[in-house]
Amino acid sequence: MFDDRSPIYRQIADRIKAEVLSGALKGDEQVMSTNQYAAFFRINPATAQKAFQQLVDEGVLYKKRGIGMFVSPAARDTLRAERREGFFTDVVDPMVAEAKAIGIPLDDVIKRIRDSR
Amino acid sequence: MRIDIDNLKVAYGETVAIDSLSLRLDTGKIYGLLGRNGAGKTSLLSVLAGFRRHSGGTVLADDSPIFENWLTTREISLIRDAGETVNLGTVEDALYFAEDVRPRWDAAYAQELIDLFKLDRKKNVKSMSKGQRSAVGVVVGLASRAPLTMFDESYLGMDAPSRQAFYDALLADFMAHPRTIILSTHLIEEVSSLFEEVVIIDKGRLVVHSPADELLAMGSAVTGPAEQVEEFTRDLTVLGSKQLGPTRSVMVYGPLDHAEARKAGLETGPIAMQELFIHLTGGPAS
Repeated sequence: MFDDRSPIYRQIADRIKAEVLSGALKGDEQVMSTNQYAAFFRINPATAQKAFQQLVDEGVLYKKRGIGMFVSPAARDTLRAERREGFFTDVVDPMVAEAKAIGIPLDDVIKRIRDSR
Repeated sequence: MRIDIDNLKVAYGETVAIDSLSLRLDTGKIYGLLGRNGAGKTSLLSVLAGFRRHSGGTVLADDSPIFENWLTTREISLIRDAGETVNLGTVEDALYFAEDVRPRWDAAYAQELIDLFKLDRKKNVKSMSKGQRSAVGVVVGLASRAPLTMFDESYLGMDAPSRQAFYDALLADFMAHPRTIILSTHLIEEVSSLFEEVVIIDKGRLVVHSPADELLAMGSAVTGPAEQVEEFTRDLTVLGSKQLGPTRSVMVYGPLDHAEARKAGLETGPIAMQELFIHLTGGPAS
């Protein structure tokens, strides 16, 4: 279930972020409890706790004492802005490098992008 | 239950099984106890369970001595692969005995587990398969709800689906009734995600006691062209290395600047807990 290239708690955090980005988790919606995450992924609850703490620190989730964790209303916009910032370095540059390495002319890549508009 | 071990020594005549071991275990955590055969795991667990008197140092459970102290030992459960906790006649007899000695015994939960592992209450434990016998041990260990619960390889005899059922049951019951749990195992990769902290002992001494994620963060594999890898890892603690043609992969232990490695054109990745364990306890079997 995990690709073990990064700590499990970071993978859980990434998964929740992906759900917020896709809209599967909406603002002010409650997320599953750490115990439910721990049982689902068969991990120590302290590990799941760390993922949630990381998301609270980043402002993606907020705590309601005694009730649980909720998605911050601004989380989706914040995450989208972050992803936009990294888009060219994280997505476009590696694609260009790959195209060069395997001999695809960049004009072909540009044409493909234009055609898909 | 909190455990304070200070300068523990366990000796059998001339043979020293545990030496100068100090360790503190907190309430409400799952610990992984790892060590090679003969490292002293079972000796340590036997002392914690009050099965054996230690030769030196102190061992306290919530500030009380353990050996020959029934008020404390009834709150401590050790389930071993040998099955002496359950080889008492039928499954029913084993449960009856456990119910008698364990103040926090939950009979309804025991029945749930019996159904989960499809055990026959009327069957004699000694006549069961190894897997079923292990399952009886697991039932007794979990349903005792002992504030210190230890499983010493006690689920090794179970097949993979039963082991997964055990891990799920253990985790669910731990979350509902937090207590101190020690899992001693050789199936490291299978169980390591359950650990909050890891204790590694080797030749009777403590090698590592660390939160599981911090231990994992200490290990990295650096892979790339042999010369660059050699250069980059020169001043690091190298656990082992492999070469495939011009590519070299070196396992290092300690903090690593991943960004710096990538800048040098090298790949970095995590090491599995099992690999770390092997190299921290003297490399592959000797």
